[in-house]
Amino acid sequence: MSEPVVPDQPALAPSPVPSSTPGQSSSAYSEAGPYPPPASYPSAPPAAGPARPLARPRPPTDPAPADLTLARLRRRRRRRTVRLIVTVLIGLAALTYAVPFLWMLSGSFKPANEVLSRPPTLLPVDFTWSNYVRLFRELDFGTYLANTGVVVALSMIGLLLRAMAGYGFAKLRFRGRGALFAVVMATMMIPDQVTMIPTFLVLNGLGLVNTYIGIVMPTFVTAFSIFLFRQFMETIPDPLLEAARIDGAGELRIFFNIVWPLSGPILGVQAILCFIAGWNSFIWPLILATQQSKYTLSVGLALLDGQYSSEYGLKMAGAAVMVLPVLIVFVFAQRHIVRGFTLSGLK
Amino acid sequence: MTVAANDRGGRADRPPRTQTGRGRAGLRRLGQASLFVGPTMVILLVFSVLPIVVALVTSFTDLDLRGLRDWSLIEFVGLDNYGRLLSDPRFRSAAGNTVVFVLAGVPLIVVCSLAAALMVNYGSSRLFRAYRALFFLPAITNIVAVAFIWGFLYNTDSGLINLILSWGGVGPLPWLDQPVMAKISVIIVAVWQGCGYNMLIFVAALQGIPREFYEAAQVDGANAWRRFWSITLPQLRFATFFVAVTTSISWIQLFETPLVLTHGGPLDSTVSMALFIYRNGFERNRFGYGSAASFLLFLVVVTVTAIQFKLRRQDSNV
Repeated sequence: MSEPVVPDQPALAPSPVPSSTPGQSSSAYSEAGPYPPPASYPSAPPAAGPARPLARPRPPTDPAPADLTLARLRRRRRRRTVRLIVTVLIGLAALTYAVPFLWMLSGSFKPANEVLSRPPTLLPVDFTWSNYVRLFRELDFGTYLANTGVVVALSMIGLLLRAMAGYGFAKLRFRGRGALFAVVMATMMIPDQVTMIPTFLVLNGLGLVNTYIGIVMPTFVTAFSIFLFRQFMETIPDPLLEAARIDGAGELRIFFNIVWPLSGPILGVQAILCFIAGWNSFIWPLILATQQSKYTLSVGLALLDGQYSSEYGLKMAGAAVMVLPVLIVFVFAQRHIVRGFTLSGLK
Repeated sequence: MTVAANDRGGRADRPPRTQTGRGRAGLRRLGQASLFVGPTMVILLVFSVLPIVVALVTSFTDLDLRGLRDWSLIEFVGLDNYGRLLSDPRFRSAAGNTVVFVLAGVPLIVVCSLAAALMVNYGSSRLFRAYRALFFLPAITNIVAVAFIWGFLYNTDSGLINLILSWGGVGPLPWLDQPVMAKISVIIVAVWQGCGYNMLIFVAALQGIPREFYEAAQVDGANAWRRFWSITLPQLRFATFFVAVTTSISWIQLFETPLVLTHGGPLDSTVSMALFIYRNGFERNRFGYGSAASFLLFLVVVTVTAIQFKLRRQDSNV
């Protein structure tokens, strides 16, 4: 068979996150949550169509006459050519989609006069690193970078809280668990843009405006992350935990010695998503970092638009500094990132 | 098998005390649980639920920068803010712009991300994984970087887009300098950035379609176009609905793209509802007025979500 091997299962199926079996545990909450976990699509009702046996028995492949195999061979070759052409065309479309990034890189290496030349040059004629140097020498990009690092590191602490909450909802039986979890899921519906002003007021009341903690607080725990942790931890066998309890281990000990080490896959995915979200976060640092000493990269970058609005070389270099770390993480962890985002849908 | 049966039997044999969580054991459980769930719940309540209450309360006041410093200066104004909002031409235009963004953006996102998903799903080699990466990359790119890059692409004199258009003899277009064009430009950027996630959702749905459907159709002599219309599209109904709903909800809140790309201009033609809120809250410090707009936006989002629920329930009943 010359047909390409397409996996029968969705590529995302071998996920460690158990929501790939939506029929069991998640169903109650996928009904309550605003978005169903995308992994449940395969169970979508089949389209109404003419009832027809799904898999027909193939006609027996009896030894065909020579000229017929020749025709089949020719057809197969033609099909392969078509495949090749389509593959190339799709490649062109994908490359076109990425052209803005190439334009960014090209612009970031152009000197100030060339970047505004009309008509523009496609590639830098007078190649220079000066834009990148200026970002860190003349502007405060070193500080911004350090601040972004602090924000990302702090938001990683949130990961621990989310994991603990996920465990609590998955494995501890206590009164009001269902109701509390429903509250958690309901917070997914509340958009950042709506809570912008009141969150600022709350943080202002707590004296946390212009602090790192204040900047990470609004996104410190997110409902969807808790949901995914809970989903994963439900698959940890109960007898394992019971045995530890009988041996006298407290819940904290159980969590850190048994559950945490077992949660490697989901922790990895969540840590990567947490890094990307923290690195890219813009609204909250913009609102909550009121002094330049606390600006993150994205806010510092946005600041370029005022004073240096027509210095496109500088702006492209700044954008490249912003994009490259995420790009590197993405190249190494594409599989995990894609899986994480597929599970989390738009959020 | 036997283990599972034993397990279930064991659970039923337990004294009801531990089941319901009443009594001393129940209290201990609650204590343990609050250790794990407590911090998270507190943070969620303070930063997700409380803000809604605060928005509602401040929307009935004239809170501004002075009031923030000295709470005694805050005055209760009743429904004044809401009344003024509804007659504020800026708010009306922001609401109108948001409607335009949603009506144009959602169909474009559905079509583009489906097209990207079909392309990426055409093969399964490493090459196609690279294609998927290229389509997805904008989705995880910081919005400020995106706005800068596109601002440069759109530049009238030295931008790439007008350069390419000039090869075809089309004159330079004022991408960001003219109200209607600026709206289109914002939509293009937001679609470019928004397709990635939705493509993944469509890819997952495409891979969930049983191959037997296609094999049967092929045996029946259906061509590729026919197979797409009669199998792929109907099978993607649920995914399409999901993408359309979540995209509408996120485009109702469209904020960062116009904020950084056009600053709402020219002539406020790209000010969305969320940008209107941001401007009143953080540029003009009219927290009370901005909160009223926030609460209206919240009501819109809740309504759309509720409609989605209703439609989905009807859909699953059929």
